[in-house]
Amino acid sequence: MAPRLGVVVFPGSNCEHDVVAALEQAGARADLVWHGDRSLAGFDGVVVPGGFAHGDYLRPGAIARFSPVMAAVGDLARAGAPVLGICNGFQVLTEAGLLPGALQKNRGLRFICDTVEVTVSSGRSALTRGLEPGTVLRLPINHFEGNYTCDDSTLARLVEEDRVVLRYVDNPNGSTGDIAGVCNEAGNVVGLMPHPERATEELLGSADGLPLLESFVAASASAAVTA
Amino acid sequence: MSEPSTYSVLVEVRLRPGIADPQGATIERALPALGFEGVRSVRSGKAFRLEVDAPSADDAARRAGELAHRLLANPVIEESTVTVLA
Repeated sequence: MAPRLGVVVFPGSNCEHDVVAALEQAGARADLVWHGDRSLAGFDGVVVPGGFAHGDYLRPGAIARFSPVMAAVGDLARAGAPVLGICNGFQVLTEAGLLPGALQKNRGLRFICDTVEVTVSSGRSALTRGLEPGTVLRLPINHFEGNYTCDDSTLARLVEEDRVVLRYVDNPNGSTGDIAGVCNEAGNVVGLMPHPERATEELLGSADGLPLLESFVAASASAAVTA
Repeated sequence: MSEPSTYSVLVEVRLRPGIADPQGATIERALPALGFEGVRSVRSGKAFRLEVDAPSADDAARRAGELAHRLLANPVIEESTVTVLA
């Protein structure tokens, strides 16, 4: 049966409808979940979409991590269910401590809206399990704070544990290690700055986001079976 | 026991040493164009003014330090200092 995925909506989220449509295209059932909800019961996985949660006040994700739904997101993550943060959602997951590192202002202080190439660096995450490492994908990016930052020991551990999920071919924002996406130790929690949900049809300029979301949906289906 | 009073507290948040500060670097590059020569090591940050009810200045500083660590700063990339002003 198709897995059921929750898509979290904060005040200021703006990609949630695109994410729902793309997840359904990838074979899931997807429903919006308000940030004030405390339960994610009945969901096999969850996506934190892009936008400007709580206006990005203080720092992107700094307020969102205290929203009531985030405790349930953390519980789901610790239970091994697939959790995906896209763009602002990635920032929220790092602020919540579910993923290492932080997203800083882009090198050059420019908001970047572009389609870029990324290489699948690890196939062990819920997002990339269905893809061959080395595969190059064309994905849209749309961010001001996408400059992935972590200390040297964290970077060494991410590389050692094969947790760098996606790398930019031509680093657009100054990210440490050209990192575009990372996962947690178990591989079920993934964050990335590019928007796979905006690359699901050739008509949109690229359909390279679809295999990522299909992989995430498949991981959610198998998590549902084992849960 | 002293009565609780209200303390004015300044919390300053800035990037940890070694973390790139594109905003500070851009400001530093702009300064010579305005005639400000000889200014180096510009680091940007944020400042917060709080009024904290606490039994003592030390207690106000401790509470402000906790909230700075938990919310105002992201300890992955930032550090904070607390000053009790009055």
